[in-house]
Order: sequence, then C-alpha cells, then structure tokens
Amino acid sequence: MIIFYINIILLFLLVITAIAINQQDNLFATTMLTGIFGLLSASLFVCLDAVDVAFTEASVGAGIALILFLGTLSLIKYKKQINNRVSTFGLLIVIITGSFLIYGLQDIPAFGKPENPVQIYLADKYIVESKKEIGIPNLVTSVLASYRGFDTLGEVAVIFTAGIGVLMLLGRGRHNYKGIVSREKS
Amino acid sequence: MEHHLVLSVVARILIPLIMLFALYVQFHGDYGPGGGFQAGVIFASSFILYGIIYGIKNLREVVHPSFIRSLAAFGVLIYISVGVVAIFNGGEFLNYNLLSENPVTGQHIGIMFIELGVGITVASTMIILFYAFARP
Repeated sequence: MIIFYINIILLFLLVITAIAINQQDNLFATTMLTGIFGLLSASLFVCLDAVDVAFTEASVGAGIALILFLGTLSLIKYKKQINNRVSTFGLLIVIITGSFLIYGLQDIPAFGKPENPVQIYLADKYIVESKKEIGIPNLVTSVLASYRGFDTLGEVAVIFTAGIGVLMLLGRGRHNYKGIVSREKS
Repeated sequence: MEHHLVLSVVARILIPLIMLFALYVQFHGDYGPGGGFQAGVIFASSFILYGIIYGIKNLREVVHPSFIRSLAAFGVLIYISVGVVAIFNGGEFLNYNLLSENPVTGQHIGIMFIELGVGITVASTMIILFYAFARP
C-alpha cells in the first residue's frame, strides 16, 4: 500500500516538473528541470519493479542527455524569445487532441490485471522456460539479448546511425574546428 | 578548468571508480540489472567527466576522434560476427545454441559477446556525440 502512495507522490511531482518546464523562459533552467524529470521517471520505474528501465532512464535521461543539452547551450544563445500571445487556433487543436486521447484511454486495459494481453501472450513461456533454455537469472537480459536478438541488433544499428548522422552534421574535423558553428566572441 | 583544484582531485579519484562500475554493470548484466547499453553510457560518462574537468583538447589526445569512430563500427561488427559464427556452425543467424557443444553454454557465450558489442558501440557513440557538441 505504501508503494501506491509513493507512486501517487512521484506522479504528482512529475506533473509539477512538466508544468515548470513549460513555464520557463530560460533554456538553462529548462535543461536542469528536464534532468529532474528524468530522475523522477527513473524512481517511478523502480517503484514499478522495472529496474533495468530505471537504470537506463537514470543514466541516459538524467545523465548523458543533460550533458549534451548543456553542450548545445554553450554553442547557442540560451535566452528564449518570450512570446506571450495566446493562439486560439493552437488552443483549439490542443483541446481536440486532448479529448481524443482521453477518449482513447477507455480502451486501454486496466493497470496490472492478470488477464491483460501483455501477460497472457508470451510472458509465461519466458518466465517458465528461460531458466532452462538460456540459464541466466536476469529475465530482461535473456529476452533482450537472446529471444529478441534481432531487435537489439536493430537498436545498436540505430545508435550507430545516430552517431554517424551527428558526425555528418556537426563533425568539425576537416575545417580545424571552425567554420560550421558561428558564435559571438565571448 | 584545470585551476579548480578540488574538482580535478575529486575527478581523479572518481574516474577509475566510474569505469570499474561500468565494467561491473557490463559483465554482471546476466545476474542483476544492467547490460551493455547502461554500461556503455556509464563508461562514456567517465570520459566526458575527464573532458569537462581537464578540457576537450586533452581528451582528444587521450581518445583520438578517428579511433573512437572506428570503435563504434567495431561494436556493431562484434554483434554481427556472433550471428555469422552461428551460421557457420550450422544454425540460423544469432542462434547462440550452436556456439558451443552445450546449448546453455552457447547462450552464455553469445549473450556475453553481443552485450560487449552493444557496450562498445554505445560508449563510443556517446563520446562521438560529446565531441560533436562540446565547445573545443
């Protein structure tokens, strides 16, 4: 029962952080709040017993992503143009999309029910047989690396491609670190 | 930032510990939470910490950008080679059962090597991204 209240508090803090991110004018503060958001999501994943996901979220969402954001901020001016004008058309689109999302929520299966599709399809096969077939205690690793080996290969290829893409756009190797990003002299 | 004495001393103590923890996460991923992806990110963060404290120029001398680029490709190559070795042993692509006489040992070997490939690619890609974004 205490986990339930911790979940409620964490979700509440997540909403507060999201609103605070939305209200900021300063991109530096937004970046820091994004890191807090990542850390809160990681704590929520720990409460949901998804420790591997929490680990990833803590190291990527609250760690590396923050550093890359800060690196980008050091390359640009980080005071956002303040625009307080309320657009009626945008508000209308947001309200319509939001009502569709809330309508769609009715078809989502209830949280944690044993007869949910995610529990009845392959989960029991993995839980029962992975100890015999793969022989390692961490079920997440055996699903990711063995049963879903192709998917993980695809993920590694995606990360590699992302690195190549950033290098093609920002790799300042040939111009002796000059010429692509122009900055004011500080 | 070399003139910040406290930062540079603390970083000198922390960097080996971060690397050790990354290796623990990498090779203990079969038994506890973790695996190649998380380990790669943590390993890269030790280099990024070095770059922040001692300057990007020094980091470029420690890990040369062209070396780290080929390392990123090398990780993917390890992953694919495990699959190809399984084909040569008479199975399907990425069928680890055929990597050894005993299927369970084969699974252990296969998972260890592909996690190593994932870790190498992720760590070097994160360092590549840091090089691209950080101000030289």
